[in-house]
Amino acid sequence: MSHTIQDIEKIALTIREDIVRMLLAAGSGHSAGSLGLADVFAALYFGVLRIDPKKPWWEDRDRLLLSNGHVCPVWYATLAEAGYFAKDLLLTLRKLGSPLQGHPVIHALPGVENSSGSLGQGLSVACGMALAGLLKKKKYHVYCVMGDGEQQEGQVWEAYWFAGTHRISNLTVIIDRNNIQSEGYTEDIAPLEPLREKLEAFGWHVMEIDGHNVESIMNSCREARAILEKPVAIIAHTIAGKDVQFMEGDFRWHAKPPNKEQAMEALKELRTLKGKISYES
Amino acid sequence: MNHNDVSDLRATRDGFGESLCEIAKSNDNIIGLCADLTESTRMDAFAHQFPKRFFNVGIAEQHMVGMAVGLSLEGYVPFVATYGVFLGRAWDQIRVSVCLGKANVKLVGSHAGVTVGADGASAQALEDIALFRVLPHMVIVCPCDVVEAKKATIALAEMVGPAYLRLSREKTPVVTRKNTPFVLGRAETLKNGKDVSIIACGTMVSSALDAALLLAKEQIDVGVVNMHTISPIDKAAIIDAAKHTHAIVVAEEHQALGGLGGAVAEVLALHCPTPMEQVAVQHTFGESGTAEELLVQYKLTSHDIVRAVKRVLRRKTKE
Repeated sequence: MSHTIQDIEKIALTIREDIVRMLLAAGSGHSAGSLGLADVFAALYFGVLRIDPKKPWWEDRDRLLLSNGHVCPVWYATLAEAGYFAKDLLLTLRKLGSPLQGHPVIHALPGVENSSGSLGQGLSVACGMALAGLLKKKKYHVYCVMGDGEQQEGQVWEAYWFAGTHRISNLTVIIDRNNIQSEGYTEDIAPLEPLREKLEAFGWHVMEIDGHNVESIMNSCREARAILEKPVAIIAHTIAGKDVQFMEGDFRWHAKPPNKEQAMEALKELRTLKGKISYES
Repeated sequence: MNHNDVSDLRATRDGFGESLCEIAKSNDNIIGLCADLTESTRMDAFAHQFPKRFFNVGIAEQHMVGMAVGLSLEGYVPFVATYGVFLGRAWDQIRVSVCLGKANVKLVGSHAGVTVGADGASAQALEDIALFRVLPHMVIVCPCDVVEAKKATIALAEMVGPAYLRLSREKTPVVTRKNTPFVLGRAETLKNGKDVSIIACGTMVSSALDAALLLAKEQIDVGVVNMHTISPIDKAAIIDAAKHTHAIVVAEEHQALGGLGGAVAEVLALHCPTPMEQVAVQHTFGESGTAEELLVQYKLTSHDIVRAVKRVLRRKTKE
């Protein structure tokens, strides 16, 4: 089953609507990063990853790990959309007894490959999975989605160093470069730039893309598989809170859910976008 | 049992290193990760014999632990070795990436206790048991000698789930034999006694046996329990000992707070309140010196155990 770019753009919109509903129902959670990553997740699960949602732990599947676990609403919504579990579970996010924990817990749901919530840990786990794939001569590829603020954690650079020097070429990192973190803008708090040069110095092949352009996301992820001499980092430039105007680019929506009124406004905005989402700009 | 008839001195870290090589011969999934302390942790023999399954990740404990989780998820059984103190640098990784998902990762911390010696306070793990004992799913084993360290390594490779193996740098007396039983989570009574029970782990087990001999000369009959598995703790063995002798001494090369002493005190307080004394480091850091000097300085010798036994005996008769 292959999806056109337009299909995937529509799926991304559905994922955004689900995120808004989930966060409203939960009454807490992280809006900005979740919405900003909808295109990346839709492109990955519907256009890039070799997966079978009916066999979530299929041995030869591509692995996707989420390192900045606070944006898990986008992961959960995408997994449900892809058929990993029933969509009606989505509204149990952050509720007692729900497998949709506030931050992901490994194996709590089909497709959830790692625990996160404490930043900076996902890349090392992904690196171990990728190394295992190389040692066992498996064909799977490991993708790890990370936040940009998360790059401030030292462990991340230990992992870059290892993967770069050991040429873990079946590993691709997608950094959500939305420039915000909990208390402000990354470049005001602990500047990451020049990020590209840092990653290159650690032995990585780096690409920079528009993280809302589904075609670019798919092409760069596919290209990453073909680069065999180095691990690949894709810096995906995104807008936090994308497609909900009053949230876009504003760090104050990092860890905040919409209230009922705001959610209704957001859903209205997302719905009116339908039919004109083909990046004509 | 009189341990003096097995007078060989060997370090528990040696037992780990030898055993790891043995296991790896028949188990292709054993993998070794080390943070640039390969020889010190005795992972060097494994590294030489199985170079494709060994990675010196550099001085990067947090990444090492995370990578071990990834490898374990793909069916490998990673042994992750560094000094016990440095595993503390990866405590959050151990909590979230290892324990929360019950990852099959074996953490190996060598250089536990003050017997590390001249390297001083920063290298002497005195808080590691406390740090890992609070983590759900974590198994903690502190073998009493080289023979037991071998058995513990095999047992941890066979069990599925997170585990911490606590090892010593210093050569210590061999007090168990090849055929001494070793079952994870089950304490081993090395000597029966009717007056006081000493519960010990690691290097302090041999000191406890020495203390028992000294006390026998004064007609004080003490039992010695080797509590090699600190988590999950063998509650039944503690309760049995308390009911039998009505007085407990706990001996360990660790802080008095939160370690084996803490674990035993918790069981006693909840199930069987009993006078208890501790031979442990009293909420202070270590320092440089020889192992022997430091054991004296921090009151961790067999003579200190003798004194603790007499203290608890006085309390037993009073209470």
